[in-house]
Amino acid sequence: MTKTKQEAVVVKHSDHEVITPVHELRKATTYKPPMPGQEDPVACAEEALAELSDQFPSWMGSECERLDQARKAVEQHGFNDTTRDELFRAAHDIKGEAATFGFPAVAVAAESLCRLIDLSPEMTRIPFTLVAQHVDAVCAIYREYNNSDVVEVAEALTARLRHVTDDFLLRENRDRPAALDEIGAPSVVPGKRG
Amino acid sequence: MVRVDFSRLRLLVIDDNVHMRRIIRSLLHGFGAREIYEAEDGPSGLETFSQCAPEIVIIDWVLPGLDGLELTRMMRHLKTLGNAYVPIIMLTGHSERARVMAARDAGVTEFLTKPISAKGLYQRIVNVVFNPRPFIRTETYFGPDRRRNVNPNYNGPERRKGGEADVINQVPLADVVRAED
Repeated sequence: MTKTKQEAVVVKHSDHEVITPVHELRKATTYKPPMPGQEDPVACAEEALAELSDQFPSWMGSECERLDQARKAVEQHGFNDTTRDELFRAAHDIKGEAATFGFPAVAVAAESLCRLIDLSPEMTRIPFTLVAQHVDAVCAIYREYNNSDVVEVAEALTARLRHVTDDFLLRENRDRPAALDEIGAPSVVPGKRG
Repeated sequence: MVRVDFSRLRLLVIDDNVHMRRIIRSLLHGFGAREIYEAEDGPSGLETFSQCAPEIVIIDWVLPGLDGLELTRMMRHLKTLGNAYVPIIMLTGHSERARVMAARDAGVTEFLTKPISAKGLYQRIVNVVFNPRPFIRTETYFGPDRRRNVNPNYNGPERRKGGEADVINQVPLADVVRAED
């Protein structure tokens, strides 16, 4: 058993080492009671998030605008590493943020676009029309979010988009068994409804 | 009752999305954290990591420049950058099993999928404070112990030789603190 400069305890075995580092975060543990009103940190954080929520619709709008700009860059320059990455990042951010912003139905269409980009082995073969349909769907679902039937319409729209996307991806990946498994996996985006 | 005093933690958030950084910062402030550093891409994240010596890093997967996996590997392997044992919480829109495994194999400590929740982030941070894991170094891996439980039905070869084959039990820090009190 040895100690490194950082005083981690190192136990050597024939093909590996087990290292127990100094646990510096121990200083952040305390018995001191929290300040009044801060007894529940999760509730305090949720309250802090709620204070931001007035801004969420405009944030969602700016994310949709960013996605549209990324689509226009693809239209203008075609798919290259730069345009592909920006389109993917814009769609991926919407996938991750939409539910937090109060627009969970938008996330599903964004996820379908992420799959289209991520699982296509040759980006230049991705049909631009299919990209444009995804971007239009994301923006339309956001724009119409106050309509009472938006969730049903979004589900029907994104189900159709996903079906067409899957058909394309299955053809493009017919020689890549690992990718085929992933294409067949169900959507993992939570909170389709509400 | 023992608890985490977030005001004693120094955190680094690396996310290219300004809205997500704002949300994470608000949540951390809500928990009581005061010292929070931010970076918007991989290279500036590494620079901030090196300069500010954060005690917990929250990192997005999809980043311009270097992505979250590459950053994690660099933080683990380039000791000149800073604390190679720093807890790294990966916060990402990726939730597929293969992605989770890839993050684990890069040396991520905790994995949290978006959409983010106050409870999920709180639990991950509390876990890295109260339940630190030992690190394992092999020819191909350096990072937190990836074994979290013993599978009684596992019949394959042990991939570590010469030591304890199963999980290295760690006494949660909360229990240590209580025992010493």
